[in-house]
Amino acid sequence: MMAVAQAKTDALSARLDALDLPRGGFTRAARAEALARLQAMGLPHRRDEYWKYTDPASLIAAEAPAAALFDNGEPPVFDTIDRLRLVFVDGVFDAAASDDPALAGVEICRLAEADAADIHWAKSLYGVLEARGQDPVARPLAALNTVAARDGMLIRATGRAAKPVSLVYLHKSETSDAILHHCVRVEEGAELTLLENGPAAARFNKVLEVDVAAGGRFHHIRAQGRDHERRAVTHCFARVGEGALFKSFTLTANGQLTRNETVIEIVGDRAVAHVAGAALGDGGFGIYHHDDTVFVTHAAEDCESRQVFKKVLKNGATGVFQGKILVKPGAQRTDGYQISQSLLLDEDSQFLAKPELEIYADDVKCSHGSTSGAIDETALFYLRSRGVPAEEARALLVLSFLADAIAEIEDETIQQEITSRLEGWLARRR
Amino acid sequence: MLNINNLHVKLEEEDKAILKGVSLDVPAGSVHAIMGPNGSGKSTLSYVLSGRDGYEVTAGSATLDGADLLEMDPEERAAAGLFLAFQYPVEIPGVGNMTFLRTALNAQRKAKGMDEISAGDFLKLVREKAKALKIDAEMLKRPVNVGFSGGEKKRNEILQMAVLEPKMCILDETDSGLDVDAMKLVSDGVNALRDAGRSFLVITHYQRLLDHIRPDVVHIMADGRIVKTGGPDLALEVERNGYGDLLAEVG
Repeated sequence: MMAVAQAKTDALSARLDALDLPRGGFTRAARAEALARLQAMGLPHRRDEYWKYTDPASLIAAEAPAAALFDNGEPPVFDTIDRLRLVFVDGVFDAAASDDPALAGVEICRLAEADAADIHWAKSLYGVLEARGQDPVARPLAALNTVAARDGMLIRATGRAAKPVSLVYLHKSETSDAILHHCVRVEEGAELTLLENGPAAARFNKVLEVDVAAGGRFHHIRAQGRDHERRAVTHCFARVGEGALFKSFTLTANGQLTRNETVIEIVGDRAVAHVAGAALGDGGFGIYHHDDTVFVTHAAEDCESRQVFKKVLKNGATGVFQGKILVKPGAQRTDGYQISQSLLLDEDSQFLAKPELEIYADDVKCSHGSTSGAIDETALFYLRSRGVPAEEARALLVLSFLADAIAEIEDETIQQEITSRLEGWLARRR
Repeated sequence: MLNINNLHVKLEEEDKAILKGVSLDVPAGSVHAIMGPNGSGKSTLSYVLSGRDGYEVTAGSATLDGADLLEMDPEERAAAGLFLAFQYPVEIPGVGNMTFLRTALNAQRKAKGMDEISAGDFLKLVREKAKALKIDAEMLKRPVNVGFSGGEKKRNEILQMAVLEPKMCILDETDSGLDVDAMKLVSDGVNALRDAGRSFLVITHYQRLLDHIRPDVVHIMADGRIVKTGGPDLALEVERNGYGDLLAEVG
């Protein structure tokens, strides 16, 4: 044990030495506090229970492992959607490549600029939800992000946003190591759709803190970049208020290593929180390892949460799901649901699932399920008997498998965009 | 059109013979019925003809207009004009009925060297065929067979048949799970497709379907063989006396 603790501390020292830590303005106290927490926990280690299925070595290394650039010539995801684009190149905001950040119903400013001042609305958010999300499970890479992030967006919806805000992450340097930290507040009764797409960097550490006030509605749709060699660890910390809605969907295809953590705290009665993911993993391009780790805490009455995760794995790809629903005392009439499923297209791939329920209220409806399976041969035959060639039929059945996760996207246009991307990717792979 | 000669089939997984020398000749434009008790091999015959995995042909042949069916993949058989209406149509969540139909139709057109059908023409085609089968727009929008009643599933099979316009249609126990009204709808759908260039092989356990879809020839199948062949009266004889007498008679 001592050896592991020492290794974690040593890893942290090496990582911090390689970083030029910002002093911070309004974030200064949050950064200092996060650094203290981080020093107490050290960086993740393979021997940590929470990292049992995913080796954090490349995520914690002092230097980011290089990742080749990838351009298959296809237009970026969400290209057809009317949105406000905010572009980051290797983790640095590029104002010239971005739209004018003026949008009815939304205030947008850049962390790097806002942090020159001591006062900002995001002071009550930056590192705050991240800190709340450290209990009961430590998330050191999120704390590291709070300490080290220089850039990101601070987005505050005060009304109904006129169109989606879209964070576009471009990867242009093979050795880039990006750290971004975004804060989003959806004020009472306001509504915002946030889109994210792109690989961001060779290695990407991102934190998104989202506070949805009473009656607010937040939609998050993300397509992680397709660069085969990129690595990413992302955390989304959400706090959901009374009668509010939080919905998050992530599409992941490719990438060597992806760890997406979603930590949701439902604090207001009658709130709804859904988190979903569809992942396509092909180990044929090297390593493919995709990890969804979710922690939903119910701390209010009459709330609903859903976790819907689907993974399609082949050529030795690995999929991981760690999902927990914690129902606190008094969170009566909680309706919690969790499903994680994998479609294994060959015998070399594996899916590791750890579903958990922890319930301290007595009037609660909670369920979870996890399955692993192959393509349904009867359905495949049915499609082929109608003249659909085998490969096309398999692609249709993959889409069929992912449908429940994709259905979690409320906006039909965006849902269609994600579906057509998937269709294209599945078609090209054969 | 369909020519089956001395077909022997066993299960791939176990050494169990299911078809033990089936011979059958279905000329263009005719309707043949195969009746038989459960376990006689009727459904196996339909699966083997349409190319389902799990069966091994140990002897014999099956051709469609002279082309060797047994050498083809299921999708090639479909493109060659063979269609199987399933006894248990498969549910495919997340794939819309229209998407499924369009994908199938375009795949077959492509296999025949034709262009894809335009979205407008396709919509018109499906609406017209669906109307006759009392399949409403809502059913067309839903995922393939998901949440469909037994009758709706069978009507959906006939819709696929009407859209894909195969020349050889095999109906596997299409009457199972249908009430009288649904059976009439399905039968009317099938009868509307009857023409000089299209043949049907109607597999059924009961005679009642044959009241609606009048066969030209009726075969009785038992223990993997066709044991008796006759006209429509043969079906009535089964209805009156059951399979027992008939099978005893042929030994």
